[in-house]
Amino acid sequence: MAAIPGARTKRRKRSEALTAYAFLAPYLFIFTVFMLFSLIYTVYLSFTRYNLLRPPEFWGLEGWERVLTDELFMTKALPNTFKYVLIVVPVQTVLSLVLAFAMDQKLRGRRLFRTIFYLPSITSSVVISLIFVWLFSPIGVINQLFNLNVNWLGDQRTAFYTIMLVNIFTTSGTLMLIFLAGLQDIPVTLYEAAEIDGANKLQSFLYVTIPLLRPVLFFVVTVGVIGGFQVFDQIFIMTEGGPVDSTTTIAYIIYKWAFRDTTIKMGQAAVAAVILMVIIFVITMLQRRVIEGSGTAV
Amino acid sequence: MSAAVTPSLAKPPSRTERILSVWERINRPIFYGILILWALIALAPFYFTLVFSLKPVAASYEPPLFWPSPFTLDNFRTVIQSFELFPRWLINSTIVSVTVTVLRVLFAAMAGYAFARIEFPAKNLLFSAMLISMMIPAQVTLIPKYIIIGPGLVRDLEIAGINIPTGFGLLNTLPGVMLHDLVTAFAVFMMTQFFKSLPRELEEAAMIDGLGRFGIFFRIVLPISQTHLLTLALLTFQGVWNEFLMPLVILRSPENFTLPIGLQWFQGEYYTLYSIVLAGSLFNTIPILILFFLFQRYFVQGIASTGLKDI
Repeated sequence: MAAIPGARTKRRKRSEALTAYAFLAPYLFIFTVFMLFSLIYTVYLSFTRYNLLRPPEFWGLEGWERVLTDELFMTKALPNTFKYVLIVVPVQTVLSLVLAFAMDQKLRGRRLFRTIFYLPSITSSVVISLIFVWLFSPIGVINQLFNLNVNWLGDQRTAFYTIMLVNIFTTSGTLMLIFLAGLQDIPVTLYEAAEIDGANKLQSFLYVTIPLLRPVLFFVVTVGVIGGFQVFDQIFIMTEGGPVDSTTTIAYIIYKWAFRDTTIKMGQAAVAAVILMVIIFVITMLQRRVIEGSGTAV
Repeated sequence: MSAAVTPSLAKPPSRTERILSVWERINRPIFYGILILWALIALAPFYFTLVFSLKPVAASYEPPLFWPSPFTLDNFRTVIQSFELFPRWLINSTIVSVTVTVLRVLFAAMAGYAFARIEFPAKNLLFSAMLISMMIPAQVTLIPKYIIIGPGLVRDLEIAGINIPTGFGLLNTLPGVMLHDLVTAFAVFMMTQFFKSLPRELEEAAMIDGLGRFGIFFRIVLPISQTHLLTLALLTFQGVWNEFLMPLVILRSPENFTLPIGLQWFQGEYYTLYSIVLAGSLFNTIPILILFFLFQRYFVQGIASTGLKDI
């Protein structure tokens, strides 16, 4: 007797599982082909020589050795990528936090401000880049407005910083919104309790706002770091990695080696891609440790 | 007497308190200053774009900076009428964005529902894998994606005389741009979190009434989730409309370009005609701007609640 209900639950469970996989089918297809398989294939390609014309040819560690001794990669792309993240992430995080804090003061007109701040974020990176190429050209609006004579994108001392500026300009609106949501999620009762306990404004900021904002801060920094490591559109349009490779990053070099150069080096591009992935993984893990302190989950 | 006693009873204000009281008085102007300053910075590039798109091509780099003088609508006329590729790019972008948006919302909702409501083997594994995949930059999978969408992993693979394709052969086509983007981990994650927050009672009642999972999903769950589906749709449309990397790699001939690819190609070809580039740029921005103004609440909620946006 007991076997029958058991079999029935089993059958029910199986049909539930089938239903679930039917619901998941489109996602699983895309995930399997364009994520899981593609990742494995990138790793595989990193051990091959491949120029699209002939099938990939196994090359062992030769490609890795070439990349790790490649001057463009080691002296430009790698340090530039870190430099970019180390400058852009702190600046955009602090800037968007300050903006969010100002927005949280319940000042009049904040809906209008919110719209304006978000404007750069909804605009495509291509359009923003095209506009900034023109604004920052030697005879462009910026130089005319401030009576300067700087070749912003043509000078290797300024080109990379100009690109950083563009990205800070673009992302701050979105990050501000995330911070603002975090600030508004902090229960008012906590501030009231702090006030009753005799905390002043500064103390309640330091001991209520900051700790409760930690998960949001982690999120914003993570998003910023991941975004920073893959900056591409702006570089492609504004400088194409130049002048004198001063704006070449890992993300750009992957594209350059795989699609741009006259001799296509898919294998070496794959090496750079694997390196990029490892860097992002390691840094995200480290960051989690640092910001989360003892390692509490988000 | 009493006047002399009272001050000695009250503690003199500490330095922190004095600084804080000054701060109380000046913080509003400071915050206003910050907001106004950043608002000017955020608006300026768009303002100059508008001004110069209304000036003749020859004046692309000439003052006056703040006012379109001499004034002309020629650039917009060129974009719409004389240069036949612009309307083409606009149509291509619309086809890609609308198709991907509709399908992604549907597929993400389906997958999200399964993750949120149904028990099945390997659920936790798949969910964790999805979370991790969100960290992987687009460039890492760029090359395999290109190969799979296009020529295939192995060319002329023949088994028993039958040619077996190992790629989709969709290079230089719009479906080639759409395929890999039809559903993303972000979208599924967002829908999962939302469905988890929905009360189960309605579905349980429907189940007692004999409705199956599919009936429940399409007739009960989707209709009550309209707000969130719309939010995801808006964020998706914006992301796909502005997408650059994959279309850049997949699309080859100008008549197949989407608007962002077309704009940057146009700028490369006709560098001197910058006013036209600016006018064209506005065509890329304005549809999103209109959507944003119409549905601002959803955009803001969507980003605020999940922080999801292709940054």
